[in-house]
Amino acid sequence: MSTEHARGLPPEFLAPRSSSFTEFLSLRAPELLPGGGLRGGGEGTVEAPHGTTIVALTFAGGVLLAGDRRATMGSFIANRDMEKVFAADDYSAVGIAGTAGTAIEMVKVFQVELEHYEKIEGTLLSLEGKANRLAAMIRGNLANAMRGLSVVPLFAGFDLGQGIGRIYSYDVSGGCYEEQRHHSVGSGSLFARGALKKLWHEDMAEEVALAVAIEALYDAADDDSATGGPDLGRSIWPTCAVVTGTGVRLVEDSQLEELARAVVSARRGNPGGAR
Amino acid sequence: MTMPMYVSPEQLMKDRADFARKGIARGRSVIVASYATGIAFVAENPSRTLHKVSELYDRIGFAGAGKYNEFENLRVAGIRYADLRGYSYDRRDVTARGLANAYTQTLGTIFTQESKPYEVEIAVAQVGAVQDDDQIYRLTYDGSVTEERGFVAMGGTSEPIVTALREQWAPDLPLAQVLRLACSLLEGPEGEGHRDLSAGELEVAVLDRRRPRRTFRRLGGPLLDALLDAESSTHDVPTQDESRSGLHDTLTQPGTNGNGSAEPADGIPGRGQTPGHDSSNPQTQRED
Repeated sequence: MSTEHARGLPPEFLAPRSSSFTEFLSLRAPELLPGGGLRGGGEGTVEAPHGTTIVALTFAGGVLLAGDRRATMGSFIANRDMEKVFAADDYSAVGIAGTAGTAIEMVKVFQVELEHYEKIEGTLLSLEGKANRLAAMIRGNLANAMRGLSVVPLFAGFDLGQGIGRIYSYDVSGGCYEEQRHHSVGSGSLFARGALKKLWHEDMAEEVALAVAIEALYDAADDDSATGGPDLGRSIWPTCAVVTGTGVRLVEDSQLEELARAVVSARRGNPGGAR
Repeated sequence: MTMPMYVSPEQLMKDRADFARKGIARGRSVIVASYATGIAFVAENPSRTLHKVSELYDRIGFAGAGKYNEFENLRVAGIRYADLRGYSYDRRDVTARGLANAYTQTLGTIFTQESKPYEVEIAVAQVGAVQDDDQIYRLTYDGSVTEERGFVAMGGTSEPIVTALREQWAPDLPLAQVLRLACSLLEGPEGEGHRDLSAGELEVAVLDRRRPRRTFRRLGGPLLDALLDAESSTHDVPTQDESRSGLHDTLTQPGTNGNGSAEPADGIPGRGQTPGHDSSNPQTQRED
């Protein structure tokens, strides 16, 4: 394109380039990238709300991802009903632990990235491809992570080629690791992992897997002050996304309430819970 | 040194327009038509993978006729425009009018300033909550844009198709009738030049106003066969996708709505309802 268009599509819109939205964004409007506009502050860390515990586990027909609702800033509860588990596209979901603001931006751009690829190419990215795109975004956030604005997502999706649910975890440097059966990230993950290890078994039905996820989140909230437990008074339940061959579905609050109430009442007089 | 020959601007533009029109007329036609529960895109296109019709955004679709690489270029630019706008503002701030304006400027500049004008005609259509809110824009090689009511036919020999649509199209036709009408018009009049088109030679997609968020669906397989079959009782697409792996393709068996239960006879459930809004902020995205 030889000339600048007055109000039409600027040349970079028409240029032949990759199908990546992030790549396009970094050329066209880098300030809109997650953390892209963060300047100043210099050395030292920034205080911002943090999300805490996310669990993921596979079951007979797919994989599920669940997260508590608390965001903390130091010892202070910044938000009681924050959503930390999102549908990334039709066949995958992402849960976030770490700096909430940056993480939510990252989820937003990741969602657009997957949809953008799908529209331009006319086909879905492979699950591995999606996991790798997310890794690249976390790698791009490394400078912010050094300032205390780290994001650690947990990615789960249904592999349409193999017909199974798979889980991917990440580190702050963008390392992407496939996890077997179950995994947890965030401050309460130590306790959630213990619960998952004991309660997970082969070929669980979806309802059983949901109950296991809620038990694990309960255990995390029990021992980690930054993780929020089921809030019976305010009716705040964990967020849960189920991914199967028919797509991703966020579990209804009514079903979560029933499960959470069952876990709480089963633990009355039996703080150790299911085993 | 040879003196450049003087060509009047009038003649120059006329030559360019003739050149572009000739290129467009070589291709096959595309029809975009509004129907009771959405907007249908019908193109004669034997390829399963090189599309003339595409999704631009949640409620906006694209159709191109003419030179493939040129309208493909515009399609990708439109997706970039829509996704960037939806990402930096909100999903509801992406409109067909905005896209049409961006396209018209771009095509106009290319027509007057590039060494060769684009040999394309494109349509940008946005499905509304009710049929009166449907918007269909037709853009031509020189950047002129018109908002059309009800339907658009582009490419190939589109004049007789437009004339026939003006006589036979009605706003409240069900999808099956619109598709059969479009198919018969693409086949051409009886006699010379008439071709029998089967479902496999057509590229068909809809923007279904009853769906939340992404309304674009490609139609194929047994569902398209049933919709094109005058004997069949299938009038419309199911509002829910079939439980199967894959993209947003509606390939459902006729008579089911994706849950295995029977489709209502008229196939128009929930007509006129305002679709739920999905925000682009993940924190407010749930539809409760």
